[in-house]
Amino acid sequence: MTITSLIDSPSELTDAASSKTAIVLMTRIRLARNLSGTAFPGWAKPAQREEVLRICRKAVAATSPMKRSLNITVGELSDLEKQILVERHLISRELSGAKGGAGVVISKDQAFSVMVNEEDHLRIQVLRSGFQLKKAWNAITELDSALEDHLDYAFTPTLGYLTACPTNLGTAMRASAMMHLPALVISNQMEKVVRAVNQLGMVVRGLFGEGSDASGSIFQISNQTTLGESEGEIIKRLHTVLQSIIEHELNAREKLLEADAGKLFDKVGRAFGILQNSHLLSSGEAMNLLSLIRLGIDLAVFPDASRSVIDRLFIEAQPGHLQHAQKGEFDPAQRDLLRAARLRSEFANFVPPNFSFSTNGKN
Amino acid sequence: MANPLKCDLCAKPATVHLTQIVSNKVHKVDLCETCAQVKGVTDPSGFSLADLLLKASLNPDTPAAGGRCEQCGFTQSDFKKHGRFGCPTCYEAFKGVVEPMLDTMHKGTTHTGKIPQRAIERKSIYDRLTKLELDLTEAIKSERYEDAARARDEISQVKQTVPSNPKSAR
Ligand SMILES: [Zn+2]
Ligand SMILES: [Zn+2]
Repeated sequence: MTITSLIDSPSELTDAASSKTAIVLMTRIRLARNLSGTAFPGWAKPAQREEVLRICRKAVAATSPMKRSLNITVGELSDLEKQILVERHLISRELSGAKGGAGVVISKDQAFSVMVNEEDHLRIQVLRSGFQLKKAWNAITELDSALEDHLDYAFTPTLGYLTACPTNLGTAMRASAMMHLPALVISNQMEKVVRAVNQLGMVVRGLFGEGSDASGSIFQISNQTTLGESEGEIIKRLHTVLQSIIEHELNAREKLLEADAGKLFDKVGRAFGILQNSHLLSSGEAMNLLSLIRLGIDLAVFPDASRSVIDRLFIEAQPGHLQHAQKGEFDPAQRDLLRAARLRSEFANFVPPNFSFSTNGKN
Repeated sequence: MANPLKCDLCAKPATVHLTQIVSNKVHKVDLCETCAQVKGVTDPSGFSLADLLLKASLNPDTPAAGGRCEQCGFTQSDFKKHGRFGCPTCYEAFKGVVEPMLDTMHKGTTHTGKIPQRAIERKSIYDRLTKLELDLTEAIKSERYEDAARARDEISQVKQTVPSNPKSAR
């Protein structure tokens, strides 16, 4: 498989069949693994990195989920291709900035990706649309066990899987869910939620944009600790936390509707108007407008079938995807023009809002 | 306060005080305004306390004890500088540094999760061979030739059960 054909085929994230869940958009699990007796990527000499890259790429390609995968070194990717892979959550920013001796293997359906020589020799990742922690775990542990047939993992019975950074020791697992929490954001409850979730040993991060900028009201919630609990226990605990966040979001929506439904529907309606008519849209503003439309879908203002369109646009409105679609590189001001044009044409054919059903339904 | 708390990351007076409970253990972090900003602590979209605790425990003011990893040449001051280790063997070499850190960083200090079966198998066979080879040397030294012969037989038996070693198959 080539990078061009991968970019042009739908990913697990943009897959139309996937977007049935209202609040959890995507589940992701990542495992860090290292080869025994071999320097970690950050400390290895260039020749050692090349050797690890060669061994790992070969081993990964030999597993059954990775048949007909994209198997590529970071050096072979253009800046734009790297950006697109980052936007699809298939590689990390850190890997995209790697100087040499780094690579990635991505399954044809883009559900699995294995980064080689990121912070650890291997970063194995699985993406599943919706709220599917168990399924994601079953898929990733199978791939991990298949890899272990070919690779000598660094492991001790007391510390578990050995990782470059001691914060990842033990299971070396980071399980996370990407959640759409617009009502908690609108009603200024996110700070409270973040604090509560932190106290339970989980971490909340904004998903789109740099660092912790949370445009689009999309957050990633993941476990913070990796040692002292089994993978099953971590997943169970995360599941409970996610379930409770879902309840809080649903309550917040209920409260917003009770307090002032008109105000909420005004936001949704205005977002639709801007998406249909604007000529300049920054990535952050586009995310926030799309988030309101997605909320509108959950509130039955728009048909359920439109949810997958929004989830696709969340990705396609990102700078890398936008430039790829336009076949060129553009500065941020030009991108805002292009983004608005893209969304105008997308929303010209969008099923228009129907507010009567939602207001009647709630009264 | 007569003796104000200092920032865990730099030496400035701390104004932001955080308490987090991870699995019934209370962790306290004190930061100055600047570090709190940089770490995104005041940002509602979150920060990782684990990273913060790691950095705090790497305070450059505390002197680095000697020690060096035989496998990769990594030193303790390298760890203080990078916050990452050099190779898997470093965990053995810097045991004294790692152990106290784990207690604040994780839910427990012992792994209870998945075990890579192949790695364990290979390791137990390797351990068995090492022990048999020692037995053999001892037996020869003390002229117990029957024991030596038995050890030698066992060694060749164990060697036959060795699963294909991925390193030699490269
Ligand atoms: Zn400071
Ligand atoms: Zn080492």
